[in-house]
Amino acid sequence: MRTTLTINGATHDVDADPRTTLLDALRNHLGLTGTKKGCDHGQCGACTVIADGRRINSCLTLACMMDGVEITTIEGLGEPGDLLPLQDAFVRHDGYQCGYCTPGQICSATAMLDEVAQGWPSVVTDDLTGDASLTDAEIAERMSGNLCRCAAYPNIVDAIKDAADRTADQREAAE
Amino acid sequence: MTPFDYDRATEVTQAIDAGRIIAGGTNLLDLMKLGVETPDRLTDINRLDLKTIEEHQGGLRIGALVSNSDLAADARVRRDWPVLSRALLSGASGQLRNMATTGGNLLQRTRCYYFQDVSSPCNKRDPGSGCAAMGGATRLHAILGGSEHCIATHPSDMAVAMQALDASVEIEGRDGARTVPLSRFYLLPGDRPDIETELEPGELITAVTLPPPPPGRQTYRKVRDRASYAFALVSVAGIVAMEDGRIAQAALAFGGVAPRPWRDPEVETALAGREPTAETFDAAADILLRDAEGHGGNDFKIPLLRRTLRAVLTDLTTEG
Repeated sequence: MRTTLTINGATHDVDADPRTTLLDALRNHLGLTGTKKGCDHGQCGACTVIADGRRINSCLTLACMMDGVEITTIEGLGEPGDLLPLQDAFVRHDGYQCGYCTPGQICSATAMLDEVAQGWPSVVTDDLTGDASLTDAEIAERMSGNLCRCAAYPNIVDAIKDAADRTADQREAAE
Repeated sequence: MTPFDYDRATEVTQAIDAGRIIAGGTNLLDLMKLGVETPDRLTDINRLDLKTIEEHQGGLRIGALVSNSDLAADARVRRDWPVLSRALLSGASGQLRNMATTGGNLLQRTRCYYFQDVSSPCNKRDPGSGCAAMGGATRLHAILGGSEHCIATHPSDMAVAMQALDASVEIEGRDGARTVPLSRFYLLPGDRPDIETELEPGELITAVTLPPPPPGRQTYRKVRDRASYAFALVSVAGIVAMEDGRIAQAALAFGGVAPRPWRDPEVETALAGREPTAETFDAAADILLRDAEGHGGNDFKIPLLRRTLRAVLTDLTTEG
């Protein structure tokens, strides 16, 4: 069946069996192989993309369900020479080893920082009605859907905290 | 996955007596990949207008397509029904909560290893084939409410909080709409573990309603094998109102221990009017666990549930 997908601002007509997941459409039909297949069951987060501003597991949604939805993949989040602060922070803090989970980590963290900016609490937030501060425990909890089998977790947490601080500094400077 | 036809409902009537309903898809697609679910036809309901949370008779009416993230982050839920917000936030991952819906969360299937493994006998998946959990690995399994045919647990955290909050489920079918209290929505397995809820074939959940916020303090305590992103071994949703140093009323629901979000009115009766002492809490746990039965690998849940109940009651009855 035919579906029009909007990926990183560009539209693509995809003709695929209804069984095709968004993940497989990205990788096998559109050649966007930055999004990785890990477990293919929503347990590892390697396939995380951003759909209408929200992080999702692309392995657990069908491509045919996603027409009209704005999808952002790692290919849409910066490039060599023009990295996002988060990508730059992952490089500087060595937030990976093999790198396989990294696109999912970056997409997930990008949307996670938006969730924090919107005031969404997490289960480790003491006061559900107050503002959440981005402690190490908050980052670990909010990123628990992204596994790193090389266990680069401490550096991933440092990178995310660094990027969040820089973004906050930039925001203050702009104001 | 086996082949299926895909269609999309744009009005609720098109989703009644339709194909297998898909919304968030986080559980259904997982089970389709495993071969546990093999629908001929999928009906996508994501375009239906069931995504709002509205005030309703002093409480809330939560559309069936409201995501777990949106429900957990709703300012009214965080302020007046914090047990629900905490239960939602303790489940799954950020990605999954963005996709998972209120209706789908209620209808998610057990994570029993044998239900998910099509090479194992399972009375829930293949009625009459037997139960591989009996004599098998039972770490995730029920100590309350099971039968010789099935000891699978219901995996939801959200539904445990909703059970403590006296929620109801709004359902549309070919004969119109009806409302079922959550306390009657889930069926115990008995000799038909394949029939899990009051929902009839072809019916659609359209909303969950919450009555006005209950008095007292609320909490959700979840015990699991790792700190995040794991199903409950034991969980307790607790709401306790105090008056003059005594427990005025308590509502308690339990997850990870039974085929449905477990609630036992006799436990709450035993607490009402009592001083919050260790003896009171133990007496309540004795009632809760009077018919508890371990199956080897889950024997630990009996003392764990007692201790978790005691911790929750201590927390909710201690000032500050």
